[in-house]
Amino acid sequence: MNIMSFFGKRGDTASVAKNRLQILLAHERSGNSTEDARLISSLREDILAVVAKHISIDPNAVRLEMDRSGDITTLGIDIELPDGATRKSA
Amino acid sequence: MNNATVIVVTSGKGGVGKTTSTAAIASALAKQGYKVCAVDFDVGLRNLDLIMGAERRVVFDLVNVVRGEASIKQALVRDKKLENLYLLPASQTRDKDALTDEGVASVINELKMYFDWIVCDSPAGIERGATLAMRYADEAIIVSNPEVSSVRDCDRIIGLLDAKTVLAEQGERMPKHLLITRYDVERARLGDMLAVEDVVDILSVPLIGVIPESRDVLKASNVGLPVTLSDETSPASRAYTEATQRLLGEDIPITIPTEKKGLFGKFFKGRAA
Repeated sequence: MNIMSFFGKRGDTASVAKNRLQILLAHERSGNSTEDARLISSLREDILAVVAKHISIDPNAVRLEMDRSGDITTLGIDIELPDGATRKSA
Repeated sequence: MNNATVIVVTSGKGGVGKTTSTAAIASALAKQGYKVCAVDFDVGLRNLDLIMGAERRVVFDLVNVVRGEASIKQALVRDKKLENLYLLPASQTRDKDALTDEGVASVINELKMYFDWIVCDSPAGIERGATLAMRYADEAIIVSNPEVSSVRDCDRIIGLLDAKTVLAEQGERMPKHLLITRYDVERARLGDMLAVEDVVDILSVPLIGVIPESRDVLKASNVGLPVTLSDETSPASRAYTEATQRLLGEDIPITIPTEKKGLFGKFFKGRAA
């Protein structure tokens, strides 16, 4: 399913534009943008610390992404493990 | 003496038609017999003089007046066609920081003694020039193209109008009017362009007019005439005139004037409907 078939009739880019704007502006009006940035960076540090307790990883291998679509906000955590990741012994 | 109304024409984004709209609306107000002053706040990148065809008669400017180097009367440039329409040009050589809050306040207060309408052409952006252009306004015209980045920037500007203006600081709500420019009825109908209702819906600001995309806007700027003075029959000119009537409180339905359709236009419309 592509974004077109989701938001309206095929080729109707205007309704995609409207939808994107409504989601974006709801977020910008609430003034949550700076809070999000703070949340993401503190979450990232904590997650990194927890993972590093068990596996040696590159700090840059942890990526956090926030995706807001309407009423639902999802948080994606992507951690790249090095080849032959070894468990640290407790 | 102090029944003057200060209007700011603003948008956030550049190139959406603030200067064109300022010139067109100021001229339409003057045609109705009001004493009107258009003030260019785009210090460093002035263009209202060019759009109004007054560029060769600019001697002093807003920055000179704000700094006390010239009087307002010395700086005002009278329109070639309408004797009750004046321009207060911006400076071309300074930057926006040359304007001070107190200086702008005193200029606006003095203009209110001489004019019925003061139409402030805001620069793009949200820096000093833009915030000072809106600071002393009684009403705002928000100019948006039916396009995502323009609409988003208008939303930001609306936030500033409700926070950084004298009216807002006094706890009052600034009356706002949405002017949609460069609109293409056909593209909106096909779903290629945000429709008027979409933009109104997103920004929640009452609509004052819809200016259709028109070749006459460029032609008018080529010769230095506001579009409402260059060709009164053109769709853009009619749309600006109607928007001005609404600004004056007339209750007229919003229409979107269009070019007369040729045979192909009619045929196409019939087929696609």
